[in-house]
Amino acid sequence: MNWLDTILQGVLLGGLYALFAAGLSLVFGIMRLVNLAHGDLIVLAAFLILVLVTALGLNPFLAALVAAPLMFAIGWGLQYFLLNRTLGKDILPPLLVTFGLSIVIQNGLLEGFSADSRRVVAGSLESASVNLGPVTAGVMPLMTFFSAVAVIVGLNQMIYRTSVGRAFRATSDDPVTAGLMGIRPQRIFALATGLAMVVVTIAALYLGTRANFDPTSGPSRLIYAFEAVIIGGLGSLWGTLAGGIILGLAQTVGAAINPEWQILSGHLAFLAVLLFKPRGLFPRAVD
Amino acid sequence: MEILELDGICKTFGALTVADQISFAVSEGEALGIIGPNGAGKSTLFNLITGNIATDSGAIRFRGRDVTRTPPMARCLSGMGRTFQIPQPFEKLTVFENLLVAGAFGSERGEADVADRCAEILVDTGLIDKANVLAGSLSLLERKRLELARALATEPKLLLLDEIAGGLTEGECRSLVATIRAIHARGVAVIWIEHVLHALNSVVERLLVLHFGKVIGIGKPEEIMASRDVREIYLGIEV
Repeated sequence: MNWLDTILQGVLLGGLYALFAAGLSLVFGIMRLVNLAHGDLIVLAAFLILVLVTALGLNPFLAALVAAPLMFAIGWGLQYFLLNRTLGKDILPPLLVTFGLSIVIQNGLLEGFSADSRRVVAGSLESASVNLGPVTAGVMPLMTFFSAVAVIVGLNQMIYRTSVGRAFRATSDDPVTAGLMGIRPQRIFALATGLAMVVVTIAALYLGTRANFDPTSGPSRLIYAFEAVIIGGLGSLWGTLAGGIILGLAQTVGAAINPEWQILSGHLAFLAVLLFKPRGLFPRAVD
Repeated sequence: MEILELDGICKTFGALTVADQISFAVSEGEALGIIGPNGAGKSTLFNLITGNIATDSGAIRFRGRDVTRTPPMARCLSGMGRTFQIPQPFEKLTVFENLLVAGAFGSERGEADVADRCAEILVDTGLIDKANVLAGSLSLLERKRLELARALATEPKLLLLDEIAGGLTEGECRSLVATIRAIHARGVAVIWIEHVLHALNSVVERLLVLHFGKVIGIGKPEEIMASRDVREIYLGIEV
């Protein structure tokens, strides 16, 4: 067994989990909304990419480029017309509504695409690899990881450097006061969920090209996303990347010891973090 | 020309009447003070004017337009600025960012266009040294100044001040009054709720007295302070 290789694979897998988690982290950070349908929305985006690839014969990356604005529109509409109505002092309504949404998406996909497991074909890229001295890394896992870093750098730049980002933070602090400053909190929330769905599309591209997925794959992606967010600490996007990497590392190291331990060791790492650092490794939010 | 007109505003919370047929008008550039015992409905009146609470009946006109059913955000955009009795800064934004957000969204312009003006407001309100500090770390006086600065950044034609001098020392209060007088001198209409009467009376042209949601007096400060009802109800002086 090559430990260096295992660690590299783990870090790269962490990139995928960070992509799963970044959208969830963004939405939670801005409106304290836990979207239980997040995993199913990733799978929905993966099917959307699959349809574009098979029906139109598009390259998967081009398909994701087409799917991204569609997913943005879905996210915007979902937030503006449905989820905004559930936000308030009570945290239960958004949980129930997004749980219901999760079931609706799963069954809708089951109806439309059957329970068969699918995969988006990325051609020669799938098996391409780069030699990095003592280890080799697949091109796709490397692209996944660097996409995750790019997404997180991009989101951080937007949140801390732009007018929209300041509106995000102001609304997150106090939506009522933000409204008195001329900000429309409903639109800010819709924009945030739309952006989260663009990140979801990127996550779906790599989910679909690297592994099989079926209409019921969503909930387990949600769990990984959650674990990455919690390990990293709520409110920190870099923490989310670190959380994804820790989860990915734990899974690959577990699998290297015994293939049956992959999922279990990820959950164990999550529990260990909860036990010793209940607020995550890099908590930013004070509340 | 009236900038704000209230016509028979009523509001009840269950059995409690917080606004009972309130009617008054404020002219452009005028400064009106509002006094009244605790629980008289002063802050509620502000919430009704800004639209954070919907009226049961009556009409509110702002700059000639009926805004009775207009949402708070739209009232802000049409020139209404407000400070809170308990300061509510965006704590995780810096002081300058607090103004930038208010300036850019409150006047529907780009941040680059409002940045200079925001910096000027910080100078005027004495906060320029704290521009890059997180608003959550400010002292009470600084928070009150930030409330004022942020309201100013939205370029209001009418400024609603809710007990902005409360809890300040004599010296702090004096410098705040000077700032408010300067804003008023530039032609901004002001409605100011305050318990610190000497501060209030040194700025406003008229006083309004609220008691259990009712207007029981409106007029020149010296007349109001001399009136029997006000002395009995508000000042608690036996006459």
